[in-house]
Amino acid sequence: MGADALTSPASPAATGWTPDQPIVSIRDVRKSFGAVEVLKGVSFDVRKGEVICVIGPSGSGKSTLIRCVNALVGIDSGSITVAGREVNDPKLDKLALRRTVGMVFQQYNLFPHRTALQNVMMAPVQVLKQDKREVEARARALLAKVRLSGKEDAYPGELSGGQQQRVAIARSLAMRPEVMLFDEVTAALDPETVKEVLVTIRELAEEGMTCILVTHEMGFARSLADHIYFTDRGVIVEHGPPAEFFAAPKDERTRAFLGQIL
Amino acid sequence: MTGRPLAVLLPVASPAPRSFPKLTLVHCVGIVGALALVGGAAHAQGAPAAPSAFEVIFKWSPLLLQGFLFNVAISLLAMTLGTVAGLALGLAQIGTNRPLARVAWAATQFFRNAPWLVLLFFAMFMIPFQFRIFGYVIPFPDWVKAVIGFSLPVMANVSEILRGAVRSLPSGQWEAAESLAFSRRQTLWRIILPQCVKRMLPPWMNLYSLVTMATVQASIVGVSEMLTLTSEVHAAEGGRPELLAPLYGFAMLCFFLYCYPIGRLTQRLERRFNVKS
Repeated sequence: MGADALTSPASPAATGWTPDQPIVSIRDVRKSFGAVEVLKGVSFDVRKGEVICVIGPSGSGKSTLIRCVNALVGIDSGSITVAGREVNDPKLDKLALRRTVGMVFQQYNLFPHRTALQNVMMAPVQVLKQDKREVEARARALLAKVRLSGKEDAYPGELSGGQQQRVAIARSLAMRPEVMLFDEVTAALDPETVKEVLVTIRELAEEGMTCILVTHEMGFARSLADHIYFTDRGVIVEHGPPAEFFAAPKDERTRAFLGQIL
Repeated sequence: MTGRPLAVLLPVASPAPRSFPKLTLVHCVGIVGALALVGGAAHAQGAPAAPSAFEVIFKWSPLLLQGFLFNVAISLLAMTLGTVAGLALGLAQIGTNRPLARVAWAATQFFRNAPWLVLLFFAMFMIPFQFRIFGYVIPFPDWVKAVIGFSLPVMANVSEILRGAVRSLPSGQWEAAESLAFSRRQTLWRIILPQCVKRMLPPWMNLYSLVTMATVQASIVGVSEMLTLTSEVHAAEGGRPELLAPLYGFAMLCFFLYCYPIGRLTQRLERRFNVKS
């Protein structure tokens, strides 16, 4: 994609962001749900085109963290900027933010009353009010890109988990995001369909899409990520390039976690 | 003891395919026949000149069926009015305007937990028999008040059905829509509510059956619907006790023939929608 760079008000230029700055910058983010502090001061940067994997045990705040990036979850303190846009700003233009950040969920969350093609077309047509025919052409191309040509008119209920998840990826891409968030997108899939989804994400990453993934697929993280962050109980315990991180984990908790999972 | 295992140790028969006995026209005719027989037996001991229950029902059936149509009309109007009001109330309940949502919730609970007959009395005695607007006099006959009276519980139930349907959708639908930059209003109208229609249809049809059967309560406040007419027909035939069962049996049959297919259809829809959303 990207060849037809339609200018949009969501483009980073509008916010004073320049490509030499991190596209996502997370600074000392804290978040509590009731009495439970889920994020206890998390910071990291993501540069444009980078692929970041966040790993860690269940309940360590990974999903909450990436939900903060597109303001699905509000933060209590700290700062998150996405392409120069402060997420914690009460005057935040959420629409613009969410055009910049795409998200794919563990449970696919396709709209079951709409076909695959309609799922992909809905947001650009209804939210961005883009031309329907132009969007349809783009949606068909996106479905072809995720290898789902011929499934345009299928309803989500008629597709396998892996197919649904690829529709969800195409749906997100149809908004032409700058950053993609993947929240354990293969965790609900059958082992044999995990691969087809990972292949799609890999292609996306290799095309230069900025990706933040929460994942349990260690092999995938190792081979694809530019940087790994290990979270436990709301903090980043350890991080580093995959080769270093997996070969010689320094922290006790990281070693215990990797020992369990690998 | 024989070698047979104790019955209690046998595996419980799987309850999966519950097949209901299908009621067909034959059964219905049977029911009517039985009722007529009861009447007929009583008739045999009565005065020899009195017409049989069949003859009475046949003679009065145009009037009685007209009464039944009135019940149907009241139920349809109450359902329409109640559904429109209930959808508005339900939307207010799930809305972001907190005070409005509170009021809508309270109204829903109030009308949902009041006996229908009390609401009917309430409507009968609180609503004036006519309104005067800009010099025009709009009459409010009893049956219109009955429609309003029945629409109140319908409204409350539809409101709750809507709220339940919206709540029953997985939160992931809201999250996905939000992450695609849909506004809350767009999410509700484009994504959530279209999915709720299917979920709301079976309970809504159920409610309609209940309303239809409840319309006979209007006889208590003097609306000349089927039950009122049945009682009048009975009086006109000299109030013979042996006519009671056949006459009211006929009324029952009419309601049954009307409501039973709705119930079947509701079940079928429920089963179909349950398969997979």
